[in-house]
Amino acid sequence: MIDGLLVGAVYGLAAMGLSLIWGVMDVINLTHGSMIALGMFAMYLLFAALTINAYVLLLPIIVAGLLLGIVVYWMAVHWVVGRSMLMSLLSTFAVNMMVIGIGTAIWSTSPYNVNFTLPGITIGAYTFTGNHIAAAISSVVIALALQLFLYQTRTGKAIRAVADNREAAELMGISSTLVLTIAFGIGIALAMTSGALVSTLFPFTILSGATYQLKSFVVTILAGLGKPFGALIAGVLLGLLEGVVTPFIAVSWIPLIEFGLFVVVLVAFPQGIFGKRATA
Amino acid sequence: MILRRPFFYIILVIAALFVYFPLHGNNVSLREDLILVAIAIILASNLNLMIGYTGYVNFGHIVFYGLGGYVGLYLATVRGWNLVLSALVAGLVVSLCALLFGLAILRLRGAYFALATIGILQAVQAFVSNFDPWGRSTGMYLSFESYQPLGGAMRALWITYYLIIAVMALSMILSLAIKNSKFGLGLFAIREDEDAAVVLGVNATVYKAIIYSVSAFLPAVAGALMFYKNGMIDPSIAFEFMMSLEGIVMLMLGGQGAVMGAALGGGLYEKLRSYLLTSPTLSNFHLVIAGGLLLLVVLFAPGGLIGWFYRLVPRARKVIE
Repeated sequence: MIDGLLVGAVYGLAAMGLSLIWGVMDVINLTHGSMIALGMFAMYLLFAALTINAYVLLLPIIVAGLLLGIVVYWMAVHWVVGRSMLMSLLSTFAVNMMVIGIGTAIWSTSPYNVNFTLPGITIGAYTFTGNHIAAAISSVVIALALQLFLYQTRTGKAIRAVADNREAAELMGISSTLVLTIAFGIGIALAMTSGALVSTLFPFTILSGATYQLKSFVVTILAGLGKPFGALIAGVLLGLLEGVVTPFIAVSWIPLIEFGLFVVVLVAFPQGIFGKRATA
Repeated sequence: MILRRPFFYIILVIAALFVYFPLHGNNVSLREDLILVAIAIILASNLNLMIGYTGYVNFGHIVFYGLGGYVGLYLATVRGWNLVLSALVAGLVVSLCALLFGLAILRLRGAYFALATIGILQAVQAFVSNFDPWGRSTGMYLSFESYQPLGGAMRALWITYYLIIAVMALSMILSLAIKNSKFGLGLFAIREDEDAAVVLGVNATVYKAIIYSVSAFLPAVAGALMFYKNGMIDPSIAFEFMMSLEGIVMLMLGGQGAVMGAALGGGLYEKLRSYLLTSPTLSNFHLVIAGGLLLLVVLFAPGGLIGWFYRLVPRARKVIE
């Protein structure tokens, strides 16, 4: 159950990336899953090449994610921001297909894992693996850093301003194109980082991203859009839920429960559990 | 009324060609090729009713096809029903399910709806993978005797082929009929501006639920026929997310909103895909190419092939719908 809590923090981190992009530019980023998968493989390759503490490798992965996000933004997203939802769904989905296609060609769909373990901690009768704890701590630290960035720095405030009202922000002299590029970069960086963290916990394939993408959707919907910290909490809740139900029912039922929850929350609380009711 | 549309006769000619070519010289491999093309056209045409006409993206369209396959195969093998009857009942059952799903999730708009359809697909797949009467994750097999009432396996395969072609023609006729009806006009109004449509007296909730349910019927019938032909079914084949997404690529490629666009996209994409999958150097990259194609269409030609053709020959709009 505690493991579920710790894994949940990673789900939350993944969802933060999705939630940020969705909230700021009103684009549902369907490349999210493939970026999570790329994060896993980035961790795998870097760790295989350097064999140093896997959690130090998060830093280069964050930078790589930022850059990749900017590339993807200019390739597929910039042209469809503000057009109908269908177009942005399809264009990000097209990028997703390409990434998965290339990934499958290089790594096939066989499972990989990152062979790195931290010593666990034993409290009473329970032992917590070091990796779970380190991954959860990294998630929380990154989430806090993002929160600080969004609320304390000029760029962060600009991002929130654009999310609130793009035209008004433009009039205040904020270049919305630049802000959107940065926001998309951060979103992708978060996705890749969470992928990298997951890769230290479980074995993965190039297709695993899709599972975490769906979990991210569930978490984002639970938390409400554009609420990074809410996403972290909702992620922890989802992890907890998985941890609590696993002993009682078969693992193969979990998707049914999660998506049942997803649909129910979507219909009942369109603004998210932590969101305020829309006034319009 | 529909009999006066020239395109109605074009559909009949297309269907006749599909029947004629493989029969000519008993060409079984051509038949197997065409059956995949026909399935692609059926899926794309019915998806068009949601995406092209109503403006609601359905990422989980394949769920109807898979569920239809399951219900049809279950009725045909376990209950020993006649093929046509079990396919029709499968279609009805799945349409009814769709109506129930639709009433729940069609209150959502735009992207939220699109995400909920992914949820439905995953949930149904998880349910079927754990459902005992349908063989959980190993699926179901058709016993060879089930082909006997149709006069042996050989004849049964030909009969299912003709039935699938009939479903294909029906899908296109259905699209045409809806496009030229008052109901279709209501759907287009919802696509352009749902709030305005409601103000003008279109009962959007009922319209959306009906079209969602209608778009489930023929794919479910096709699924029942196709899995009967294949003789087996399991959850990973029946509910393949990729196939659902490829349906969207087909539709965008051909041109959403047009009957011929859906059919053209379905046919062409299926041909392209089978070419890529069999070519030794490109087989690993078929997703990459499909994705690139989709991106190009979305960014540069949102009207798809048919939109480009309309601009080239504006008068064609009257004939090719």
